[in-house]
Amino acid sequence: MARRAGKQLHGGPVTYGVLAVFTLGSLFPLVWTAIAASRNNARLAETPPPLWFGGNLFDNLATAWNDANMGKALFNTTIVASSIAATTVLFATLAGFAFAKLRFRAKNLLLLLVIGTMMVPPQLSVVPLFMAIAELEWTNHLQAVILPMMVSAFGVFFMRQYLISALPTELIEAARVDGAHSLRVVWHVVFPIARPAMAVLGMLTFVMAWNEFFWPIIALTQENPTVQVALTGLGRGYIPDQSVIMAGALLGTLPLLIAFALFGKQIVGGIMQGAVKG
Amino acid sequence: MRRAARRSRRYQRDARWSPYAFISPFFLFFAAFGLFPLLYTGWASLHKVSLHNPTQMEWAGLHNYSRLFEDEFFWKALQNTLTIGIISTVPQLLMALGLAHLLNYRLRGSMFFRVAMLTPYATSVAAATLVFAMLYGRDYGMINWALGSVGIDNIDWENGTWSSQIAISTIVIWRWTGYNTLIYLAAMQAVPNDLYESAALDGATRWQQFIHVTIPSLRPTILFTVVVSTIGATQLFGEPLLFGGTQTGGASHQYQTLGLYLYEQGWFNFHLGRASAIAWTMFLILVVIGLVNWLIARRLQKSH
Repeated sequence: MARRAGKQLHGGPVTYGVLAVFTLGSLFPLVWTAIAASRNNARLAETPPPLWFGGNLFDNLATAWNDANMGKALFNTTIVASSIAATTVLFATLAGFAFAKLRFRAKNLLLLLVIGTMMVPPQLSVVPLFMAIAELEWTNHLQAVILPMMVSAFGVFFMRQYLISALPTELIEAARVDGAHSLRVVWHVVFPIARPAMAVLGMLTFVMAWNEFFWPIIALTQENPTVQVALTGLGRGYIPDQSVIMAGALLGTLPLLIAFALFGKQIVGGIMQGAVKG
Repeated sequence: MRRAARRSRRYQRDARWSPYAFISPFFLFFAAFGLFPLLYTGWASLHKVSLHNPTQMEWAGLHNYSRLFEDEFFWKALQNTLTIGIISTVPQLLMALGLAHLLNYRLRGSMFFRVAMLTPYATSVAAATLVFAMLYGRDYGMINWALGSVGIDNIDWENGTWSSQIAISTIVIWRWTGYNTLIYLAAMQAVPNDLYESAALDGATRWQQFIHVTIPSLRPTILFTVVVSTIGATQLFGEPLLFGGTQTGGASHQYQTLGLYLYEQGWFNFHLGRASAIAWTMFLILVVIGLVNWLIARRLQKSH
């Protein structure tokens, strides 16, 4: 690889200063969510706003947990996001492998179609999908949220870009010469090599599915919500208690923040890798 | 002999059909949950369909569309979508470009900066908007308090047109700047160093190198982020819905976007046919924007 551009230049104090300001700007709203969640409603309605933690955090978390059905919401969201991530990764790896390494007719046209589907906004299909789940009486059932999101064009493209360079074509041919049929090749050659990219795609899809908003608020209600649907309900109470809303926001975001603390490096690497090879 | 022939036939069949088997799950799901609904939305947009009885459709021709174009709130939503799209996308991408440039220097703790800036990406629209709605509160919000400490009077962020649209844009900017920064950074790291060295030999300053080497090398990436952000901006929905908690996007629809307008028509006014017409109008707008983007890209390519 060529020497990286700019790497020979050291950042000066101005660079660190600017980056520190933006880092602070990125993190402050999250820290403040926790501060607000640890106060009470009356304190939030005073000036100046609180800048440090108070003692009501656990009370507010408990209220949010009960009022907004947060326990069920977190459970539901975990199921939804894991199933979507699992199927997306599986199907994207299979399709990405075919587009990266196999020869077949109309390949380029089909690949173009995959990329084209990324441009179609979800609003375009919401009315018929809603009619369909109403007809099937799936309103309020999790499969109504999972099924339409089980594949992703981005995922297919991401895996293709990864496998083009990571998977040596000779390896597939060698396995073929040994008499392996396609599924064996996928299982013993493609999956092991694709594993790092599968992990990254899984994490990205999980984050995206966890945060999905538009379709779940149409397909689900407060009785059987995902986290995002539950948060919408909290914000719409008759007398909204701001500190409880913030506690709910904190509960809904915390699992992903923990994942970021643990796997932040890999997620960053994954996004950058997806971008470079585009 | 026979066995070998059978094996080779099986092998050929496998080699020929397995690619289609591998791509078929994607296309099956896409056909069922993407393509079919897309076309059906077009069909539904030509009908009168009520949310109460979505299976009963009554032919209406282009009535939904003409009704739409007569509605002042449609034009307002279109204009709001455009304005919010521009004031959220342009600063976001410019800042991302600058930040990526800084992160490309040799730095201590550069991974910390990257992860920290990407953290808002992990926050949902719902959580982020609820937090920002509080920060933008008129009487007790932290932003007005901070402005007050430098002598600026309280701003009624939600009820003004510009103020509410700026507030909503900052939520978008906050969530997505870090993500775009990483995409630019990745592209910058792929620029070969020789280009910078020869520019430096020619006496180019750092700024000139940025303008004449970095930016041109990043052109495809910039185009990609512009397209992705444009699509995102056209779909803007959660932020305006939760910012004030109404489906109208404020008392005088001052920050209602097309996505929210669709939701209001379909799920509050029960007109699924009209909602479908809005969806197709959004699609056509995207196609036009896509064509313009493509033409600009081709122009740029030719001029170099």
